[in-house]
Amino acid sequence: MSGWVWALFLRELRLSVRVGGGALIGVLFFLAVITVIPFGVGPDLNLLALIGPAVLWIGALLATLLGLDRLFQADRDDGSLDLMLMAGRPLELLVLVKCAAHWLGTGLPLVIAAPVLSIFLNLEPLAVGAVTLTLLAGTPALTLIGAIGAALTVSLRRGGLLLAVLVIPFSIPVLIFGVSAAGAVTREPAPFLTPFLFLCALSLIALVVGPVASALALRFSSD
Amino acid sequence: MTQLLDLGPHAGFILASFGITTVVIAALFGWILADHAALKGKLAELERQGVRRRSGARPSGTPS
Amino acid sequence: MAILDLANPTRFLSLAQRLLPWVSVACVAAFVAGLYLTFFVAPDDYQQGATVKIMYLHVPAAWLSMLCYSTMALSALGTLIWKHPLADVSAKAAAPIGAAFTFVSLITGSLWGKPMWGTYWVWDARLTSVLVLFIMYLGLIALWRTIEDPIRAGKAAAVLTLVGAINLPIIKFSVDWWNTLHQPASVIRMDGPTIHASILWPLSVMALAFTLLFLVMHLMAMRNEILRRRVRTLQLHAASARHGVATPQAAE
Repeated sequence: MSGWVWALFLRELRLSVRVGGGALIGVLFFLAVITVIPFGVGPDLNLLALIGPAVLWIGALLATLLGLDRLFQADRDDGSLDLMLMAGRPLELLVLVKCAAHWLGTGLPLVIAAPVLSIFLNLEPLAVGAVTLTLLAGTPALTLIGAIGAALTVSLRRGGLLLAVLVIPFSIPVLIFGVSAAGAVTREPAPFLTPFLFLCALSLIALVVGPVASALALRFSSD
Repeated sequence: MTQLLDLGPHAGFILASFGITTVVIAALFGWILADHAALKGKLAELERQGVRRRSGARPSGTPS
Repeated sequence: MAILDLANPTRFLSLAQRLLPWVSVACVAAFVAGLYLTFFVAPDDYQQGATVKIMYLHVPAAWLSMLCYSTMALSALGTLIWKHPLADVSAKAAAPIGAAFTFVSLITGSLWGKPMWGTYWVWDARLTSVLVLFIMYLGLIALWRTIEDPIRAGKAAAVLTLVGAINLPIIKFSVDWWNTLHQPASVIRMDGPTIHASILWPLSVMALAFTLLFLVMHLMAMRNEILRRRVRTLQLHAASARHGVATPQAAE
């Protein structure tokens, strides 16, 4: 059973890294967002340290959403999405594999880039570790929830923007617990573990809800 | 080697910057060489398949 | 008219083949001399102590990052105005090298800033404009990687390079226009360098070494680009021939 899963996973990974694939564009967008913030907010390092975790999280959320419309759009354009639907394989597993490949291509580079970018926001080492850890736990949830939006808007011509609007409300809980966990390190009384565990729980819920809802949406969009 | 030249209290920063610079330049140089080898391989492969360039007179145009 | 001869890729490849060994040897020699001067001859700064040695990497890398972008801007002009066939090859080859030098200049500057200014990064006019230059390099590389056809990609990248060239004077004069934490120019100035010869010499040798390194890598990267285009045209040619598509080649 796992033969086709592995084949699909490798195909998705190769497609995202190849010329035209969206793999590293997310990190570049993330870097651009982080560079623009101090222009607006001002170069005061203490202020930047205060809002650092929030800026990193919002940047990661936007960067993930940016890359998500490619999740099904490219396959739908050249018809391979219909083949996948007709292949009779469990659709939920198919969406899960595509999300995993997309997270590896777009989400993970964000997590790796986060410590470097937090130097620009003058975060001290403890906060850098906390932000990176929360991003590692939180970005899968963003990708999986975003997959629902991608599946819903796959048949629309300019689905990218609508996808972001649909998905942002669902990603608010992830953002709340992510930022509170990341920021807890600097504000002494605030605990780190509680929001972090909530974040992991949210990711696990998204692991179930995301593929199921996306598969449902894909079935409706095809016929 | 380090006690020969006294790099002072911030020796770590000096060595780190020289180290990172070497790593970056070596990585870039390595990538260019690897890319060159891969392309030569592909050209040889196409050569074996008998695909000729329009100027076809000389073997695939790369001077030996 | 050497410039015109270079227009033919095959002649450029043979020239590069002949030139590369000499430039590589000169580059290695310059680095050996530069590093020797840096570590054993150059005096310590009375305030910074030995940390000033980072300057021998930081300054040449910064100069090279701007030299590289100027080469790309020149190539962009070559692509758009003079229609020089190898101009976009030179621009595409120079982008990763420029990005690497900018990255090195940012990292060494940051590592120099920690002991001297007390922080890795500050949103200072010079540092920010160089960071913008770094993002532009990455943007150009991304643009090159997203457009399939090299000719169209060349034109698009040329336009973006020229638009981005406005950033070079901003970087150069940022230290004069805004009161920056980064010190003003001390070598390339109207009234000549303000550095003592004992520090200026190692800096010049290191700058020469970096420039030769750029030349070597740029030539090799251009050679790769030409081969990559040959492989692409051959593959397209093979694919069309295999499907029996009537191409001029087949018509002969």
